[in-house]
Amino acid sequence: MKYIPATAAERERMLAAAGVRSMEDLFRDIPEEARLTRPLDLPPALADPDLLAHVRELADRNTDCDRLACFLGAGAYDHFVPSTVAHLALRPEFLTAYTPYQAEIMQGELQAIYEYQSMMCELTGMDVANASMYDGASATGEAACMAVDLTKRSEVLISTAVHPEYRQVLRTYTGHLPITVRELPARGLTSVEAARAAITDATAALIVQSPNFFGAIEQGEALAQAAHDKGALFVVAIAEPISLGILRPPGEYGADIVIGEGQSLGNALNFGGPYLGVIATREQYVRRMPGRLVGRTVDTAGRPGYVLTLQTREQHIRRAKATSNICTNESLNALIAAVYLATLGRHGVAHVAESCARKAHYARERITGLRGYELAFDAPTFNEFTVRCPMPPAEINRRLLTHGILGGLELGRFYPEYDDCWLLCVTEQRSRKEIDRLVDHLEALR
Amino acid sequence: MYPKELRYSKEHEWAKVEGKRVRVGITKFAADRLSDIVYVELPSVGAEVKFMEPFGVVESVKAVSDIYAPVSGKVVEVNAALVEKPETLNTDPYGAWMMVVEPSNPAELDQLLDAEAYTAHVGEGH
Repeated sequence: MKYIPATAAERERMLAAAGVRSMEDLFRDIPEEARLTRPLDLPPALADPDLLAHVRELADRNTDCDRLACFLGAGAYDHFVPSTVAHLALRPEFLTAYTPYQAEIMQGELQAIYEYQSMMCELTGMDVANASMYDGASATGEAACMAVDLTKRSEVLISTAVHPEYRQVLRTYTGHLPITVRELPARGLTSVEAARAAITDATAALIVQSPNFFGAIEQGEALAQAAHDKGALFVVAIAEPISLGILRPPGEYGADIVIGEGQSLGNALNFGGPYLGVIATREQYVRRMPGRLVGRTVDTAGRPGYVLTLQTREQHIRRAKATSNICTNESLNALIAAVYLATLGRHGVAHVAESCARKAHYARERITGLRGYELAFDAPTFNEFTVRCPMPPAEINRRLLTHGILGGLELGRFYPEYDDCWLLCVTEQRSRKEIDRLVDHLEALR
Repeated sequence: MYPKELRYSKEHEWAKVEGKRVRVGITKFAADRLSDIVYVELPSVGAEVKFMEPFGVVESVKAVSDIYAPVSGKVVEVNAALVEKPETLNTDPYGAWMMVVEPSNPAELDQLLDAEAYTAHVGEGH
């Protein structure tokens, strides 16, 4: 259907009513130098086949993880996605479903969200998980607000081993709220002693990530103790939930709030988004959890049904009292995570996790065996690890790319003090042959 | 209708002076108007509450309302059983107390209404 604009006569009438002579007059508040005073320079239209050829040529200048051997992680993970995921998640009933405002007629979507929530609880070891958030970074901001609200304290302490982008979003989130964000410097691993010394009576929460941004597994139990001893909450960020296939869930070592990025659960890399924010907590805090919670119940005839059990009432009423402005979720991404986890099953997730860990440790051993390369931090790792390099990591990456290998993250981009450090990730997608090829190229680079 | 021994706020809380302490709840008028109460949020023991400022929340199937402290002071007791059974606010509003406060300024109690004035405030027939 074509949009029918106003007629010339109608435009004249509107201009007269607005008290201006021409359309141009409406833009006079825009500085002259910012205004385009000539027609747009658009080339003539292409024929359909020529246009497709042109766009294809542009698209071919991109590359992706199907064509490269990817050793890059740092918060976004290249895992194998079984074909069941697209088959189920792309069904029109799910793909086009809007937010469940009319809960009673959206049973399918609600059931999917309910199953997703249940799986997140199992994965994190927590009592309740919400219907999902935007991404790991904004979930970090929400967890901070929640902790401040729960403890009536004003400061959050976050380890610098938490994803730098999560920390940046946390600062944005809290910038105009009466919340102080203090960073706890971490050298590869968050120090329990330093955490103990830094937590005060004003600290609402200690936020750490495990495995952390450097790939190291934090000492969760001791950090939880340090937070709890001062009455602060312990918040754990999980950037790579596949790790929970073999690592202890945060709920078992004292986490009060678990936040995470669910991308690695069946979601494609998607050029950085949309991703899947996870938040889970203990039952006693459910009323302070942002977003919405789907529950299972029975109808008057005793048949099972799904409802929006809790949703932030401040979305509808008492808006002045709101502690979060989250009133939606990422249902399709959550659904994808649920289908992925259901496809793999409990043993499948453990198997993928173990495969990641074994391959990453093989790569770690081989790379640190090369002259000039050494492990940057002495800590246990899962599928990522940091090495110090004999030459600038940016140079290594540039040369590897010419051989079809996507190298690791140059840590200097976020941590100037670690400009010789390279953060590598090895998922179950990498074959032993690819790892050996990486090692061979590194050896040849010197 | 409204117990004579209690004092009332215009925001529909009752206050019962027990020696140096004050027990606090919401009136039958408030509970009736809210209808079925499903959730109540109370302060922690040790918290400081301020005269006519919100100290908690009641949520019914119809509405969510702040509840106001009829006196300033320190919370020394909280009715934890009420959190488990918020519906007792409907069935027994004067038994379903919310908190006990140690007043920091007992003179504030003089600003509250007596049963007669409160009845006039909510209108005859309630």
